[in-house]
Amino acid sequence: MIIRRRKLVNASVLTVSCLAAFGGLFVLIWILADVVLKGAGAINWSFFSQLPTPPGMSGGGLANAIVGTFLMTGTAVIIAVPFGIMAGTYLAEFGDNLLGRVARFLSDILVSAPSIVIGVFIYLVMVKTMGHFSGWAGAVSLAIIMLPVVSRTTEEMLKLIGPEMRESALALGAPYWRMMSGVIFRAAGPGIGTGVMLAVARVAGETAPLLFTSLNSPYWMHSMNEPMANLTVVMFNYAMSPYDDWHTKAWGAALLITSAVLIVNIFTRLILGGKRRR
Amino acid sequence: MQDHNKTALGDKIFKGSTAFFAAGIAVIFIAMIVVLWQQSQPSIKAFGLSFLTSMEWNPVTRKFGALIPVAGTLISTFIALFFAIPISIGIAIFLAELAPQWLRGPFGTAIELLAAIPSIVYGMWGLFVLSPVMANYVQPWLKHWLGFIPLFSGHGMGIGMLTAGLVLTLMIIPFISSVIRDVFLMVPQPLKESAYGLGCTNWEVVRDIMIPYGRKGIAGAVFLGMGRALGETMAVTFVIGNSYHLSWSLFAPGNSIASTLANEFTEADGQLYMSSLVELGLVLFLITFVVLGLAQLWLRSKEV
Repeated sequence: MIIRRRKLVNASVLTVSCLAAFGGLFVLIWILADVVLKGAGAINWSFFSQLPTPPGMSGGGLANAIVGTFLMTGTAVIIAVPFGIMAGTYLAEFGDNLLGRVARFLSDILVSAPSIVIGVFIYLVMVKTMGHFSGWAGAVSLAIIMLPVVSRTTEEMLKLIGPEMRESALALGAPYWRMMSGVIFRAAGPGIGTGVMLAVARVAGETAPLLFTSLNSPYWMHSMNEPMANLTVVMFNYAMSPYDDWHTKAWGAALLITSAVLIVNIFTRLILGGKRRR
Repeated sequence: MQDHNKTALGDKIFKGSTAFFAAGIAVIFIAMIVVLWQQSQPSIKAFGLSFLTSMEWNPVTRKFGALIPVAGTLISTFIALFFAIPISIGIAIFLAELAPQWLRGPFGTAIELLAAIPSIVYGMWGLFVLSPVMANYVQPWLKHWLGFIPLFSGHGMGIGMLTAGLVLTLMIIPFISSVIRDVFLMVPQPLKESAYGLGCTNWEVVRDIMIPYGRKGIAGAVFLGMGRALGETMAVTFVIGNSYHLSWSLFAPGNSIASTLANEFTEADGQLYMSSLVELGLVLFLITFVVLGLAQLWLRSKEV
C-alpha cells in the first residue's frame, strides 16, 4: 500500500516537472509567435528609412530610433569594453585580495541591480548638471550596465587559460604584461568577444535606464549632445499610445530587437558550447 | 640590469592600471549610493521615517509616502516567487534527471532564452496578449471558484497585481531554474546512487538528497530571482495598472517602485517631488542590494 502511494507521488511529481519544462518552452514559443505575427506587418522599407509621422498620419518609420540605438549602444561599447576588460584582468590575475573580492562582489550585484536606478543616477549626475537630456547620458547608463558583465566574463575567460601558456611565455623571459598582451589575451580573445556580444545583446533591449537620460525625439540627431530617439523608448511610448498604427510599429520594433538579441544569444551559445566540449 | 628595471616598471604600470579600473567598479557603486542619498535629503528631512509608512502620494499637496509602491513591489515579487520556485524546481528536475541526454542542451538553452527577451517585450506581450486572457478567462474562473477569499474578489480588468506577478514569474524562471539545475548537477553521483540502491523513487532522491545537499545554492537562486523581480521596471509598468490603491484583491491595479519612477520621473516638478522619487530609487537599490548580496554569499559558499 505504502509502495503504491510512493510510486503515485513519484509519478505525479515527475509529470508536473515535465509539464513545467514544456510549459516554459510553450511560453517562449507563444511570446515569439506573437512578436513575429504582430510585428511582421510593420516591417517594410520605410520602417527603416523614414522619420516617424505625427499620430494619425500613416506611413513613416523609425529610422532615427534605429540609428540612435546603434549610436548609443556603440558608444557604450567603446566606454565599457576597455574598462571592463581591464577590471576583469585585475580580478583574474591579481584579484585574490580585498580589492579583488570587493570589486567581484559589487560586479555580481551590479549585474542584477535595477537598471532604472542606474537611470536615476545618471540623470542626477549628467542630465541635471548638463541641463538637458542627451545621447551621451543614455550611452553612459548603458555602459554601466555592460561593465560588470564584461569584467566578469573577462575574468572567467582568463582563468580558463591553463598555466602552461603562462609559464612558457614567462620562461622565455617575457615580462608579465607582455605575457598577458601577447599570449593570454590572444588565447582568451574569442571567449571575451562572445562575452562582449552577450553584453551588447543585453543592453540593446534595455529601456528603463534610457527613459530619463536620452529621452526620445521625433527628429534626426545632429550630435550625441541632445535628446536622442532610440528603439526601446519609442516602443514604450508607442505601445502606451491609443493609436493602432503606433501599436503595430511598436511590435515591429519588438520584432527587430528580439530577433537581433536572440540571434546573438544562440550564436554565442553555439560558439561557447563547441569550446566547452573540446 | 637596466632591462630588468624596465620590466619591473612595465609590470607595475600594468598591475596599477588594471587595479585602477577594478577600483572603478567599486567607485561607481559607492557613488550611486552617495548621490542618491544626497539628492533624497530634502525628502528625508521633510518626511523622515514616515516616508516608508505613509500611504499618501499626492504631488498636488506635496505629501509623499512610499508605502503603496513599496508594498506593490513586494507583493508582485512574492506572487512571482510563489509560482516561480516550484516551476523552476520542476524544470531543474526535468533538465538534470529526467530528460534524455540529447535533449538537455537544447531544452536548457530554450529556457535560458526566455531570459534574453528584452523586458519591454514582456511588458507589451503582458499588456496586449496576457491581460485579455486574464480578464476573459482566468480571472472570472478564479472569482467563480475562489471568490469568497478576499484575494480574488472584485472585478478583474486584466491588468493588475496578479498579472504583473505572472509576467514577473515568466521573467525570473530562467534565472532560478538554470542555477538550480547546475546545483542539482553538482550533487555527487555516489550519494544519489546509494539512495536509488536503497529503493528510493526519483522524487525521494530529489527531496531527501538533492535539495538538502544544494540548499544553499537553491536559496541563492531564489534570492537572485527575487532581486531581479524587485527591480524589474518595464514589464511591470505595462501591466500593474499604475494606481495608488492598496487593495486585498490581487485583481486590483497597484504600483511598484520601479513603475512609479518610470511613469513620474520626467514629469516631476519641484524639488520635493523629485527628491521623493530619488528616495524611492534609493529604497529600491538598498532592498535589492541586501537581497542580491545574500544571493551571492549563498552561491559562493556552494562553490567551496
